[in-house]
Amino acid sequence: MYELRGVTKRYTRGKETVHALDGVDLTIADGDRLVIQGPTGGGKSTLLQMLGGLDRPTSGEVVLDGTDLARLSETRLTTVRSENIGFVFQSFNLIPTLTAQENVETALVPLGVKVRERRERAAEALRSVGLGERLGHLPSEMSGGQQQRVAIARALVKQPKVLLADEPTGNLDEGMRDEIMDVLDTLWKERGLTFIMVTHDSAIARKAPRLATIRKGRLTLTEKAAP
Amino acid sequence: MFFTYLRRELRRRRKAALVVASGLALGIALVIVVTSVSSGMGKAQDKVLQSLYGLGTDMTVTKAAAPAASSSERPRFQFDAREDGDDSEQSSDRVMVQGFQTLAASTVAKVSAQKGVQGAVGGLSLQVLKVSGQFTRGQFQQDGTGGQQGGPGGNGGSGAPQGEVQGGGANFDVNSYSVYGTDVTEPALGPLTSSKITSGRTFRTTETAARVAVADSAYAKEKKLKVGSTVTVKGVKYTVIGVATADSGDAAANLYLPLKQAQTLADAADKVTTIYVQATDSKKIDTVKSAIQKNVSGTTVTTSADLADTVSGSLSTASSLATSVGRWLSIAVLVAAFLVAGLLTSAAVSRRVREFGTLKALGWKSGRVTRQVVGEAMVNGLLGGALGIALGLAGAYAVTAVSPTLQAQLGGGSGGDGGPGGGPGGGFAGPGRQAAAKTLDVALTAPVSVTTVAVAVGLAVAGGLIAGAFGGWRASRLRPADALRRVE
Repeated sequence: MYELRGVTKRYTRGKETVHALDGVDLTIADGDRLVIQGPTGGGKSTLLQMLGGLDRPTSGEVVLDGTDLARLSETRLTTVRSENIGFVFQSFNLIPTLTAQENVETALVPLGVKVRERRERAAEALRSVGLGERLGHLPSEMSGGQQQRVAIARALVKQPKVLLADEPTGNLDEGMRDEIMDVLDTLWKERGLTFIMVTHDSAIARKAPRLATIRKGRLTLTEKAAP
Repeated sequence: MFFTYLRRELRRRRKAALVVASGLALGIALVIVVTSVSSGMGKAQDKVLQSLYGLGTDMTVTKAAAPAASSSERPRFQFDAREDGDDSEQSSDRVMVQGFQTLAASTVAKVSAQKGVQGAVGGLSLQVLKVSGQFTRGQFQQDGTGGQQGGPGGNGGSGAPQGEVQGGGANFDVNSYSVYGTDVTEPALGPLTSSKITSGRTFRTTETAARVAVADSAYAKEKKLKVGSTVTVKGVKYTVIGVATADSGDAAANLYLPLKQAQTLADAADKVTTIYVQATDSKKIDTVKSAIQKNVSGTTVTTSADLADTVSGSLSTASSLATSVGRWLSIAVLVAAFLVAGLLTSAAVSRRVREFGTLKALGWKSGRVTRQVVGEAMVNGLLGGALGIALGLAGAYAVTAVSPTLQAQLGGGSGGDGGPGGGPGGGFAGPGRQAAAKTLDVALTAPVSVTTVAVAVGLAVAGGLIAGAFGGWRASRLRPADALRRVE
């Protein structure tokens, strides 16, 4: 469970001070599915970085399961990321020289999983996203949708509590977008993950039960009643 | 994962890896070639010095040459007028101590007694001038009646039969050669040690007064001498027991005789011209030199280092080039290669910001990412090292195969009048001074030692580490949030 209290993030750009986040309060329960939307430069990615422990707030608390990520040492924060949080990026962020299976394995390296188990788990994760036949393929040998599936397998292979996705369909065409969203929704439902996604796509945003809109660093939460 | 990732990255970035490795290889190859050529120069110089000194000699002790010889000391040759019709060959030898004043043989013991002296042996260097040939009387031809034989150049007086001397004359050959009197009881020191006996044998320690000689191979060839031949010096016949070939350069003398024989020939009983000294510790040569100069007055002590300073010519020039220009060039290329390797590695990390940011976001610790970068740089460094060693060895091999000839001019300092041999008496000691006026040709080699290869490997590792430090430092400072950068 996430609890954000008065999270502020300021940084300077030249002589100007930018308020990327301005007193954000937000609670995200375990197993929630939250979509974050907003204009470019509004603070969406900054909020995702706070939730993922990739950056620290200027002030405020980012509490995950009772631990304030803002106060953790870099080493502990790295451990939290490696154990609890899975990331899916817009540009897939696969290592171009590693095969699909090896890319998925990179998420298990910091956990100290033995080589054999690592390979088995990576292969299983790829099978779960429909890429059982593509284990030895390099990213350059796969389509955008397939690459994003590899990235999803990499995020989920360590069985995290939280899945953070930064515009996961931003680089995909409409057909691929639906395909990837289906994969993500299915995994969310099956695994009971807390799934937080940043998107520009209004079609996706409209379907979200909880929608956080962020403009000029301020967050507005919209909750739809369950159908 | 470390090695898989490393292998794949190096394969993907093989052009960049090759640039880094080539830069390092060039620097390392230069270091190997310059070091080995310098070592070859050193060996060439040692050879030159050995040809003067012999093996194991650290310094020589001499007495400075006397001022110009007075006319009374000039060599004189006397030939008898022979009877009419006697055209037999006449010859006259002059045996002179070469160039320097002599030292009493007791000085050898005095020098031996000095602290730090392992051994000392005396030698006598001589120059022999042999004039040999025939003298034929002319025939007096009388004008008119009667005839009378006259002496050479004789003229009839008034009233005597008129005529003129026809025919007659002299045909003399002048032969100059050097003789070195060696202490046969101490075969390990002295100039003969720089030659190898290629035929026959060397002196036995018991042959102190024996009439035996060892001939230098070049002289033996010129005079058609071989083991068993006889050479006559000042009327004394010596049997050639061996032929010696100088290891490099010129031999110390044309003929080697037992010291006592040489002293007798030169009327220099118990005299030596040079004392060859071996120190107990090669690092204390200067101390021993000072001790001898202080305790044995009136002598000049010349060390190998003093002698090396007087070597000039292309060997000296090349040696200076190798030690100055070569060394600095190697350092400059190495520093440049290290910098380029470091900057390229750092630039490569910058291009992989999102990749490393992603790994950090996945939970890779900074240390693991840095190790990966350093590992790649190290492999580049080692590749450069292997390439550099191969290039360096090839370069050194090429130098040795071509063996360019360098000239070493020995001495050339202020020369005295010299002896009859006409050589300037430079600052050299012993028989080496005969070579002082000469130019020695020495073939340059470039021997590569294990130490040089070890240094090259060390440099390769250092290059890899420096490049890795640049890249690793950059990688360690990357933030995991960089993984979210949308533009690479």
